[in-house]
Amino acid sequence: MIELQSVSKKFESQIVLDNINATFAEGKSNLIIGLSGAGKTVLLKCIVGLLTPDTGKVLYDGRNMITLNKKEKLMLRREMGMLFQSAALFDSMSVLENVMFPLDMFSDKNRDERIARARFCLERVNLLDAQYKSPAELSGGMQKRAAIARAIALEPRYLFCDEPNSGLDPQTSLIIDELIHDITREFKITTIVNTHDMNSVIGIGDHIIFLAGGKKSWEGTKDEILYTDNKLLNDFLFSSDLLKKVRKIEK
Amino acid sequence: MIIVDSIATFGKYLMLMRRVLTRPDKGRMFLKQYIREMSQLGINSIPIVLIISFFIGAVICIQMKLNVESSWMPKFVTGYATREILLLEFSSSIMCLILAGKVGSNITSEIGAMRVTQQIDALEIMGVNSANYLIFPKITALVTMIPILVIFSIFAGVMGAYGICIFTGIMTPADLTYGLQYEFSQWFIWCSIIKSLFFAFIITSVASFYGYTVEGGSIEVGKASTDAVVSCSVLILFADIILTQLLMQ
Repeated sequence: MIELQSVSKKFESQIVLDNINATFAEGKSNLIIGLSGAGKTVLLKCIVGLLTPDTGKVLYDGRNMITLNKKEKLMLRREMGMLFQSAALFDSMSVLENVMFPLDMFSDKNRDERIARARFCLERVNLLDAQYKSPAELSGGMQKRAAIARAIALEPRYLFCDEPNSGLDPQTSLIIDELIHDITREFKITTIVNTHDMNSVIGIGDHIIFLAGGKKSWEGTKDEILYTDNKLLNDFLFSSDLLKKVRKIEK
Repeated sequence: MIIVDSIATFGKYLMLMRRVLTRPDKGRMFLKQYIREMSQLGINSIPIVLIISFFIGAVICIQMKLNVESSWMPKFVTGYATREILLLEFSSSIMCLILAGKVGSNITSEIGAMRVTQQIDALEIMGVNSANYLIFPKITALVTMIPILVIFSIFAGVMGAYGICIFTGIMTPADLTYGLQYEFSQWFIWCSIIKSLFFAFIITSVASFYGYTVEGGSIEVGKASTDAVVSCSVLILFADIILTQLLMQ
């Protein structure tokens, strides 16, 4: 479980995050949604420790990320996996080497065991056939799947996904969403997904927080979100005519 | 303002070096990277070092013959001056200036591209000391390879001088040999190697710093590469003055 307590962050005079409180439960797909510039990426970076909040606490099962010493922070990071918007696969390595990388760095397993684990992860994301290809030879969706395989290689307790569907077609987006959701449940991971894709919200949003202007404006589940009275959230959710019509039919 | 900015940049550089110059997380991974970088930065630079040194050796020989030698000068002075220039300046300082262009821009663009595509963030999230993992093997690899490149450069320069003597007949190879061997001091070769070790550190660390701290996209990576080459060149020339003064006293 990850808890945010009064997390705030500003850049010079601009307040980007204002007193965010939230709890992200284990084994659930926790979504952070909001318009571009709402502070989603900054919040995710504060959670994973790429940025330090000005005030507040980020608790990983009781451990405050901000006050941990260097060694403790390194140990905590080894419990994390992250899927970046650009997949961030290492160009100089094959797909298999990419997935093996965290194992090579931190695992005490022998080479055969490391290869077996990497192949298991690739098989889990249905990408074993592409193990010897370089990242440049993969499509956007395949790159994301390879990045998921790398993220779960060390059996993380926490998984973070920054806009996992960015640049993907709707069908591939669904595959990625389902994969993240299934992995979260299967391995009982605390997963936080940063997105503004409505399909993800409706599809896998076990727990959703909506950010607007750096503040938490709404919190709930995918079942509750369609019937919210929050105007900002309604404007965000039903921004297209199609969704407005769907809502009418639903009602 | 420029002075304040320069001091701030130097401070950032020192902080990065503090992260770089630590024990690698995993020896096996360091060794793998180290061998890869020796090939990429060192072995791949051998052809350009040989070609440039050969031609510069030949040109120095021609210039010395045409401009220095006269009826009241001994014949060996061309070989002697060619050797001194190659050993003392060309094969260390000028060769490293050339490498600053080739290797420096390569390092900055490689690390810069990793920065803007979030590959460095990915390393950090995994708990890897990304500065140490990416930069330390480059520094150690070029520092290891640079004495070899210096020796190759000296050899190719001397071959260039012989080549021009044989093909144009401006002087006999025997006169050149006598000049090359005249009052030879082995210390000059060591000076060249010692200087090049410092220059190799400057090239790899400064170029890595520019790549590691780049922000933005591909345009910023290109600009960082240019800045890195300029900074490396200026720092090499500055270090050359200090090292020459210290080593040749």
